[in-house]
Amino acid sequence: MAPVVDTLRLTAEDALALVERGDVSSAELHASYLEAIGERDGELHAYLRTVESAEGASIPIALKDVISTKGVETTAGSKILSGYTPVFDATVAARCKAAGLTLLGKTNTDEFAMGSSTENSAWGPSHNPWDPTLVPGGSGGGTAAAVSAGLAPWGLGSDTGGSIKQPSALCGNVGLRPTYGTVSRYGVVAFASTLDQIGPVAKTVRDVALLYSIIAGRDSNDSTTVELPEPVRLPDAERLDGLRIGVPKQIESLDAIESGVRAAFERSLELARELGANVGECDLPTSYRYGMPCYYLVAPAEASSNLARYDGVRYGPRADGATYDEMVERTRDEGFGAEPKRRIMLGTYALSAGYYDAFYGQAQKVRTLLIREHREALSKFDVIATPTSPTVAFPLGDKAADPLAMYACDLLTIPSCLAGLPGLSIPCGLSDDLPVGLQLLGPQFGENTLFRAGHALEQAIGFDTVPLRWRS
Amino acid sequence: MKWEPVIGLEIHVQLKTRTKMFCRCPVGFGAGENTQTCPVCLGFPGALPVMNRRAIEWTVLLGLALGCEIADHAMFSRKHYPYPDLPKGYQISQYDLPSCTNGNVVLPTADGDRVIGIVRAHLEEDAAKTVHIGGRTGRIGGADYSLIDFNRGGTPLVEIVTAPDIGSADEAKRVLQLLRQTIVELGISDAEMEKGALRVDANVSVRPSGSSELRTRTELKNMNSFNYIARGIEAEVERQIAVWESGGEVQQETYDFDAATGALSPRRSKEEADDYRYFPEPDLVPVEPPAVLVERLRSELPELPAARIRRIEARLDLDRATVLVTGGLDRLWEETVTVGADGVAAANVIANTVVGAGVEIGAVAPAELARLVEARELIPRATFDEAIAKLGDPGFKADPYLAQEAVSDAAELEPIVDAILEANPGQVEAYRGGKEGLLGFFVGQVMKETQGKANPRVVSELVRAKLGG
Repeated sequence: MAPVVDTLRLTAEDALALVERGDVSSAELHASYLEAIGERDGELHAYLRTVESAEGASIPIALKDVISTKGVETTAGSKILSGYTPVFDATVAARCKAAGLTLLGKTNTDEFAMGSSTENSAWGPSHNPWDPTLVPGGSGGGTAAAVSAGLAPWGLGSDTGGSIKQPSALCGNVGLRPTYGTVSRYGVVAFASTLDQIGPVAKTVRDVALLYSIIAGRDSNDSTTVELPEPVRLPDAERLDGLRIGVPKQIESLDAIESGVRAAFERSLELARELGANVGECDLPTSYRYGMPCYYLVAPAEASSNLARYDGVRYGPRADGATYDEMVERTRDEGFGAEPKRRIMLGTYALSAGYYDAFYGQAQKVRTLLIREHREALSKFDVIATPTSPTVAFPLGDKAADPLAMYACDLLTIPSCLAGLPGLSIPCGLSDDLPVGLQLLGPQFGENTLFRAGHALEQAIGFDTVPLRWRS
Repeated sequence: MKWEPVIGLEIHVQLKTRTKMFCRCPVGFGAGENTQTCPVCLGFPGALPVMNRRAIEWTVLLGLALGCEIADHAMFSRKHYPYPDLPKGYQISQYDLPSCTNGNVVLPTADGDRVIGIVRAHLEEDAAKTVHIGGRTGRIGGADYSLIDFNRGGTPLVEIVTAPDIGSADEAKRVLQLLRQTIVELGISDAEMEKGALRVDANVSVRPSGSSELRTRTELKNMNSFNYIARGIEAEVERQIAVWESGGEVQQETYDFDAATGALSPRRSKEEADDYRYFPEPDLVPVEPPAVLVERLRSELPELPAARIRRIEARLDLDRATVLVTGGLDRLWEETVTVGADGVAAANVIANTVVGAGVEIGAVAPAELARLVEARELIPRATFDEAIAKLGDPGFKADPYLAQEAVSDAAELEPIVDAILEANPGQVEAYRGGKEGLLGFFVGQVMKETQGKANPRVVSELVRAKLGG
């Protein structure tokens, strides 16, 4: 009989200790999580598929379904990849394997990671563990819901414009979008190549730091990766003396930010001051004015290119057609949902002859400005703090019919993604009994600073990651 | 009105690197279909390209050999078009920032050097190979089904674009021969057209002789030998001249050359212009070869064919020098001459007999060849040919062949010569009427009669004397 493990509360670090001490075996732990999935995932739909018994001597992990797993179907939330079983592991999956982590399963995602609620998944939405009538955020809503509901001690997501940080915020988890180039994208189904990053989601900052240390570093299969300039340090300090925190002055006038979110955010700034941090004002005018339009040129343009390979020739379902062109057209028409189609059209237009300079080319120039603006701000501050999401979790269906409203969910996460900078989201309180996320942004390779600040604040905030309805 | 052709070439060269351009699959010809593939060159989800450094080096080397400027910052872009031979839906290719620009090919001619500009040489990946089964055209439209072999997909490919500086079909052929030899000698490609390792498209237009205008050009594709290229260009030049002279106007079109008929057939014109939606390949970093590498490669450049043609021409003549160098025969020639062979005789024997016998040039011992060249008229023709054919065998010695003597005794040969002349009164008449080229015919007949044992020089002297030469 499997030992009783309270997966709802167990951190990855504690789980590792249990296995190391021999209190539970890796297989028993894996089974405990599968049992929890059996109990709670019917309601949540965090997983698209689970793995009954996986190799490995350590603790389990959940991987977002955009991450290729050898021998385990990987669909990126799309019908066009239904039945596609990779013949190779993504580098991050291989590194998890090498660390002994057992694969619990593949978690739900908006189709090709395009969305902020998982409602764009071809396999149906996931639900927020805090309130199943609400979305878990997206695109990595599956991983976030799984970690929040104790269906995995930790997991990996991918983040293009906020797909790790935003669902982490909406589900009360810690999530890290690493510095662009520190984690290999090899084997991760591409959405927008200059923006995609893979990162950890867990219950604590220390867990996130630990998982980051497992997946980060140069990969000879991804030319855009680099070696970390310094090793990952697990944070333990409780004070923030001397840490300079900048708050963009533009936050003040953003009407999209709910008052409850603002209140929780401001309480955490107070706590930061109490811990010894200096909180000041920084200026990111271009970021909030042009970040969003810039992102919605760059990301769809690259997506239109990355999604060109899904033609039904080599893998995935193939529709019938009298000619090659007809076969491809039908395959893509039947295989892609509305959001990828929308972005393919936008992106194709943005890259077209005669429009490139005005759209993609111009957006890349704006990006350079954002990079400069963030560098400037981070020369005066060690970290920049904002709320992660302007709102708490919203009801399923609320924004599904309004792409622009959905896009606005990423207002606060997008600018630093365009600048290639790391961002950590930690839960910083409740608003209407729902988690609020605090986003901490750092300079390139500033992950250790983010971990240190995030850990100290986490301790001071004392957020209980167990959804209210499951607390006894 | 007199017309002159204006020709530019686009030359694709497959590099013979050990592995493909962006993955570790072996590059090779003739392996079983789809056995040299991996997630990267099959365009699987999430697979990423990684540059082949050797291919970059070789592109720089080629650029240096062509006198190009070498970019210290080149970039790969994505070139999008939907076709089943392109697994990612785009080809990774250098676009606005190629590795090599602004060079030239120097073609030695009797009237001095012809300098043909090289606009650019850039690196890209080859597409897979498709075979369309059924249908009339052999193209994808109308085929019953198509098969794809991804082995070729991802092979490093250099595209060399010349300026429209080439003035005739023959010149185009000579430029290509020289370029091919340069590429082979750099060791970066076998450049074999029959295997598709060297592929040439020609852009052709014509203009009134002496003018500098550029008229509408057409593109010729599918010419897979140097002779076909020359024939295709010639046919297209004639066609265009006829169009202009009949008051018509040449349309911008692409033509396929049919080697069997020598005819050009226009491809169905597309409804809309291509839009490749280029943008910088985000999965790769810029190509920035360090200056020390470029300088090292420059210092390692061998003496190039054009220079060798000029050097050898001084000791021989331009035509023979060109044949020797572009055939990769000049080193053997030089060595053979160094050990004592006559230059012209050695050139003729090497370029005709040795090449004709299919001897592996690298295996020939120059000293033995030199002895054969010197003795070529003193031993029976058949013996000579037999010796040449075995020239490439390991440990070949000329001695046993040299022991056999040709019949040089005029008295012995005279009756045979008489008989031949008697049997061919028509030819004798023609020869006397001035067709001196028939000398070879008579000599050939005598050689045949003597089963190759006669000394051809003695025979021709006899023939000439008898016919009152």
